[in-house]
Amino acid sequence: MNDALDVALRLLIVFVVFLTFPLIVGQTEHKVMAHMQGRLGPMYAGGFHGWAQLVADGVKFAQKEDIVPAGADRRIFQLAPAVALLPYLLVLLAIPIGPGDGAVGEVVDAGVFFVLAVMGVGVLGSLMAGWASANKFSLLGGLRTAAQLLAYELPMLLTAASVAMAAGTVSIPGILDAFEWWWLPWQIVGAIVFFVAGLAELQRPPFDMPVADSEIIFGAYTEYTGLRFALFLLAEYAGIVVLCGLTTVLFLGGWHGPWAADGLGWVWTLLKTALLAFVVIWLRVTYPRLREDQLQKLSWTLLVPLSLAQIAVTGIVKVVIS
Amino acid sequence: MAEPLPPTGPRIPGIGLAKGLAVTLRTMTKKTVTAQYPDAQPDLPPRSRGVIGLFEENCTVCMLCARECPDWCIYIDSHKETLPAAAPGGRERSRNVLDRFAIDFSLCMYCGICIEVCPFDALFWSPEFEYAETDILELTHERDKLREWMWTVPAPPALDPAAEEPKEIAAARKTAEKLASATQAQPTDPADPQGGDS
Repeated sequence: MNDALDVALRLLIVFVVFLTFPLIVGQTEHKVMAHMQGRLGPMYAGGFHGWAQLVADGVKFAQKEDIVPAGADRRIFQLAPAVALLPYLLVLLAIPIGPGDGAVGEVVDAGVFFVLAVMGVGVLGSLMAGWASANKFSLLGGLRTAAQLLAYELPMLLTAASVAMAAGTVSIPGILDAFEWWWLPWQIVGAIVFFVAGLAELQRPPFDMPVADSEIIFGAYTEYTGLRFALFLLAEYAGIVVLCGLTTVLFLGGWHGPWAADGLGWVWTLLKTALLAFVVIWLRVTYPRLREDQLQKLSWTLLVPLSLAQIAVTGIVKVVIS
Repeated sequence: MAEPLPPTGPRIPGIGLAKGLAVTLRTMTKKTVTAQYPDAQPDLPPRSRGVIGLFEENCTVCMLCARECPDWCIYIDSHKETLPAAAPGGRERSRNVLDRFAIDFSLCMYCGICIEVCPFDALFWSPEFEYAETDILELTHERDKLREWMWTVPAPPALDPAAEEPKEIAAARKTAEKLASATQAQPTDPADPQGGDS
C-alpha cells in the first residue's frame, strides 16, 4: 500500500478511537454510577436510555462563552487544555491492539519510555492551568497536581520497568510477544500498583484531591468555561482509555487469549480495556476521596516499596529461569 | 478508629475495601428506585396532600374553614334564600346558598386544617398535584375547578383488622339492635312510638 495513505489511515483510525472511546467510557460511567447508586442516570437525550447525553453536553459546552479572566496569563491559560489532552492522543498511537505491526498506530522501539514520558506531559496541562488562572483555588489545585505527579510517577515507572525487565525489551509489541500466561501471577503486584498510580495521575476519585470540589471548587479548572473546560474533561476520559489500554498491554497480555491467533486478538485487547475501565468507574463510586496526606502516604509508604519489591521478584525469577 | 466488635480471628487486610466494592456491585444488580415521573404517574396513597377538593353539595356555608385557615386563603361568598313553607300554614325557611368558593393555592400551606374542621365533610384531600401555573394569580381556583378535583379523591383506605369500629356504624348498629329487641319484646304492638327514636 502507498506509505502516505497507510500513515494517514492509521492516524485517522487512532483519531476516531481517541474521539469516541472516551465518550463511550463517559456514558458508561453515567449509567454504571447511576445504577450503583440505585438510580437510572440519563434517560432522555437521544431517545434510548440517554445514549446521546454526552453529545448533548458537548453541544452545550460549545455554545458557552469562552472566558479568560482579566488577571490570567492569557496565552498559557488558553494553551493548557491542549497540553492536557494531546499527550493521550500520542500515547494511543503507541498502544498495539492486536498481534503484528499492522495493529498499532506507530511502532515505537522505546515504547514504554515514550508512553510514560508523554503521559507525564498531560499533567503539565493541569499545572499550567493552575498557575495561569490567577486564582488561589486554581493555584492550590495545580500544586496538589504537582505533588501527586511527583508521588505517583515513581511507582508507575518502577512497575513498568519491572515488566520491561521480564520481557527483556522496552518495545510494547516486544513485551506482548514475550508474554506468557504465568506473567499474570508473577507481575500481579506490579499491575495493581501501576493501575492505582495511573488512577492517581489521572486525578480520578478516590485520588481527586487536586479537583476536590468541596474544598477548592474545581482545582486548576476552576476558571475554565465552555469548550476549554470540556477539553479538560475529555482529557480525563481519554486518560482512562489510555491507562486501561496500557495496563492491558503491559500486564494483562493485551491480545493474548483463546483464539487470538485467528484474528480475534483485538477483541481481547478491547475486552480487557473495557473491563479495566469498568473497574475505574467502580472504584470511583465505592471509595471516598483520600485526604492530601493520606494520598502522599499511600504512594511513598505502600506503592513505592511494593513496586521495588516487584522489581526484586522480577529480577530473581528472571535470573532463575534464564 | 475503635472497632465496634472485637475481631474474631485474624483480620484480613483490605477486607473493608472489598466489602465496599461488594456493596456497590450488589446495588448495581438490583432494581433502581427512580420514579420516571412524567412518563409514569406516581402511585400516591389516599389523603396525599396534593390539592383540596370541594364537595359543594355538602357545604352549608358555615364559614368554619375560611375562619380557621391560618393564612386566609379561602374565599366564600353566599346569599340567603327563602324557601316557601312546605305545608300550608307553615313557616318559611331560610337557607344559605353558596355563590363563590375559592382557594388561593399560592397562599395555601397545605396544613389541612380546613379539611379537619369541616363539620359536613365538604372538603377532601386529593392526590392530584399537576396544577402549576405560569401566573401566580391563576393559582386561585374557583368552585367549579375544586368540584372537578372532587372526582379525583380516592376512597379512604380500609381500616386495620383490629381497628375500633367507626362511630357512625357503631351508632347505626346500636339503633338497629335496640329496634330489633323492642320489636321482639312487644310483637303485638308494632306502632310503638318509642321504637325508632334515638
